Amino acid sequence: MEDRIHQPWGIRSPYSRGETWPIRLDERADGEVDRWVASACVLCSNGCGVDIGVRDGRIVGVRGRGSDRVNRGRLGPKGLYGWEANGAPDRLRRPLVRKSGELRESSWDEAMELVAEKARTLLATKGSGALGFYTTGQLFIEDYYTLGVIARGGIGTNHLDGNTRLCTATAAQALKETFGCDGQPGSFADIDHCDALLHVGINMAETQTVTWMRQLDRLQRPDRPRLVVIDPRPTPAAREADIHLAVRSGTNVAILNGLLAQLIENGWIDREWIEAHTVGFDALARAVEPYTPEKVAEICGVDAGAIREAARIIGQAERLLTFVLQGVYQSHQATAAACQANNINLLRGMIGRPGAGILQMNGQPTAQNTRECGCDGDLAGFRNWQNAAHIADLARIWNVEPQQIPHWGPPTHAMEIFRYAEQGSIGFLWIIGTNPAVSLPELRRIRSILSNPELFLVVSDAFPTETTQFADVVLPAALWGEKTGTFTNADRTVHLSEQAVEPPGEARADLDVFIDFAQRLELRDKDGERLVKWSTPEEAYSAWQECSRGRPCDYSELSYERLRAGSGIQWGGERLYADGVFPTEPELCEDYGHDIVVGNQLSEPEFRALNPQGRAILKPAEWTEPHEWPDEEYPLVLNTGRTIYQFHTRTKTGRAPELSAAAPDVWVELAQTDADRLGIEEGDVCEVVSPRGTVRAPARVSGIREGVVFLPFHYGSWKAEEEDAPSAANELTITQWDPVSKQPIFKTAKVRVTKVAGGTGRSPAPEVAASAPAGAAT
Amino acid sequence: VKIGVLLGQLRELEAGLAATYRGTGERHADDHDVYHQCVSFAKKAEGHVAKLASLAERYDARNGADSQVQARDDNELGLLGVLRTLFLAAEEVSITWVMMNQAAQAARDAELLSVVQECHAEVELQVKWLTTRIKVAAPQALVTA
Repeated sequence: MEDRIHQPWGIRSPYSRGETWPIRLDERADGEVDRWVASACVLCSNGCGVDIGVRDGRIVGVRGRGSDRVNRGRLGPKGLYGWEANGAPDRLRRPLVRKSGELRESSWDEAMELVAEKARTLLATKGSGALGFYTTGQLFIEDYYTLGVIARGGIGTNHLDGNTRLCTATAAQALKETFGCDGQPGSFADIDHCDALLHVGINMAETQTVTWMRQLDRLQRPDRPRLVVIDPRPTPAAREADIHLAVRSGTNVAILNGLLAQLIENGWIDREWIEAHTVGFDALARAVEPYTPEKVAEICGVDAGAIREAARIIGQAERLLTFVLQGVYQSHQATAAACQANNINLLRGMIGRPGAGILQMNGQPTAQNTRECGCDGDLAGFRNWQNAAHIADLARIWNVEPQQIPHWGPPTHAMEIFRYAEQGSIGFLWIIGTNPAVSLPELRRIRSILSNPELFLVVSDAFPTETTQFADVVLPAALWGEKTGTFTNADRTVHLSEQAVEPPGEARADLDVFIDFAQRLELRDKDGERLVKWSTPEEAYSAWQECSRGRPCDYSELSYERLRAGSGIQWGGERLYADGVFPTEPELCEDYGHDIVVGNQLSEPEFRALNPQGRAILKPAEWTEPHEWPDEEYPLVLNTGRTIYQFHTRTKTGRAPELSAAAPDVWVELAQTDADRLGIEEGDVCEVVSPRGTVRAPARVSGIREGVVFLPFHYGSWKAEEEDAPSAANELTITQWDPVSKQPIFKTAKVRVTKVAGGTGRSPAPEVAASAPAGAAT
Repeated sequence: VKIGVLLGQLRELEAGLAATYRGTGERHADDHDVYHQCVSFAKKAEGHVAKLASLAERYDARNGADSQVQARDDNELGLLGVLRTLFLAAEEVSITWVMMNQAAQAARDAELLSVVQECHAEVELQVKWLTTRIKVAAPQALVTA
């Protein structure tokens, strides 16, 4: 196989509109493989069908499955190399318990009894609100559903959220605001049929590598879709684009309003469809009217003619496919902007048909499931916390009293959970499969919360991390390939991932740990029976199937047996809303919605007053300046994000030698003009300073837009030699979040950059994709 | 759990409201609808006080003035108190805009009316935001903190 580090997207298999995406089989293994075990990839939200190669009880390789609808045999670089982390020598093998200030190995019984005892004590003295859980987008359905039942139905705490708050909260919220309920409208197969693509704040070549390959393959043919990209960085998609709008960070609502205004002004809208299938058109038209190309050009720092041309491409498309991701979700006005992307497709009637659709993407592999299973700020089965009938239904399924399930307010979001821990009202926090000491904003504050001796901190992970070092108890977790479970990708494709090997040492599957916890707390249903009535993954999954029955995310027909027989099945069929009927019936919807500018929760009567009744809701928003905006002292905007070779805080990818070597250390990207002005050259060591902290990084002079600097967010300090120089982008970010989705803002901190030492040649930034040097074409 | 403290506050507030209704009714007895409505609202408020009295025993209600609640700027209860104060201030502003709205219509002052409508809508939004935020903050502050 070719070198897929330097050729991340591999060889092209061009195809035309309406054709089937050709199969390309990607495989990588160290030596012979004894047997292949069916799974799917967990290194982004794409969910590629993959087989795990096993020899002598160890994972030794992977191969893409050609029959899988998601990837048709392909794998990205993270998928091809990332599995090596499973065999890393520093895997956690035994529980650790803090004794005399130090983490020491213990038995599972000792560690779990300590956890249970602390939970029992706080429940008795302060009640369920003293316990919080902060999870991940990396568990399986079986884990999420079980933990949701334990936390909400058993303990009765409202404080259960995941790091999906940082990644997909806005996707879910925008879908709820516009369509009444979560659930991805579109399908990756829409790429085969579209004639125009709109990318809003998504660097897909690096974040969902394989689905970018699919678009790239279509872009090779003469009938290639027209491509409009909104992104401040010169991403591979931006380089392929017909129109690249390199907007200033923090201006998404303005650019989208500008496009909406052009669509309306030029009559590129489907009035009949709008009339039949939406509410709110008049208010939207009024709201966007002031956003002329000239006004938008001034706000966003782009050319007015390019805005007109982008609108023409979108407006004249017959099948428009829109992708949205973190450039929108991690900015201020996140939900407001994501809703305007929905509005573009709705005004054009471009939804529910082959090639015409919306994909509000996810970041993590199983983010969709924490939303579905109610293990983040949602309730299981997309149930509405304000709807008493939904709560009663959940109580019936769990066999608990309805008042046991917290529903006096929305489930507590992650940033609020950490605030309660900071103030002391949460005294027990269990962090599962995530690394907030690197991934949350304003790390100095997060470290001070995690190190508070009053907080009892439990951390489940497969590796020692920057977060485990603060823990009172560390529980070693089985990884992907070491346990069985299901998960769902960003286009609703469900895969069963089978256990291929045993976990190392005494590491355990999270599901087993949660059930052990429930038993130690003696959690009961209202008849005195065990609350958690299952013990195997398949039993847990069956319980979830029952909970989802009749809801929009209905898994009741997707048994393990059916999943084993195929290779990835979508719930809800190929695409949702083919009939133009949306789940906005008040009795059905997951959320009555919000004022998307300020964040006020709407009540049932206010929702009914919108009179949606199965129609989509067009919600307008005015653009507002971010609360923190560049000034004289901090003249630049900091944008943070990822590279193709790393995932999150590198807990896995940093332990895969090829991936780690491809992007070994932090860098800061600057525009040529900014670099010239600051006297900075490629490779010079710089300090990036915000009001909250400092990061030291060598410069990559790239094609990023003027006024914006970029730091990758992967680089914490778990590798010993990195401890001296602060390298985590979140030292600089601001503690602030979108008022609706509560997603923290990672894209618009104000910073200044200064050179502190002369060049050492090239920075360690990858030479491919968005971080490529200025002038390079990759 | 600070529910007892809040019960004490509610008793005081309801009792005060009852007295104000009665006083207002007596002073404005010639505004007959006001008189009758105030008296019946006063009875309702007195009924609320009675209902709270039995609950207060369970929660050991304290008089709001000498409560042992320690609200600080940096704790849950402190935030809840500040939000409540803000809500009351915003409501006062809101109802004053309502008055101005009526006056602007009667004065046929289109310019004033357009200012009133824009500003009042914004204040109503603030009141709703404060309501949303108070609902989120209250359980943790009153039950757990």
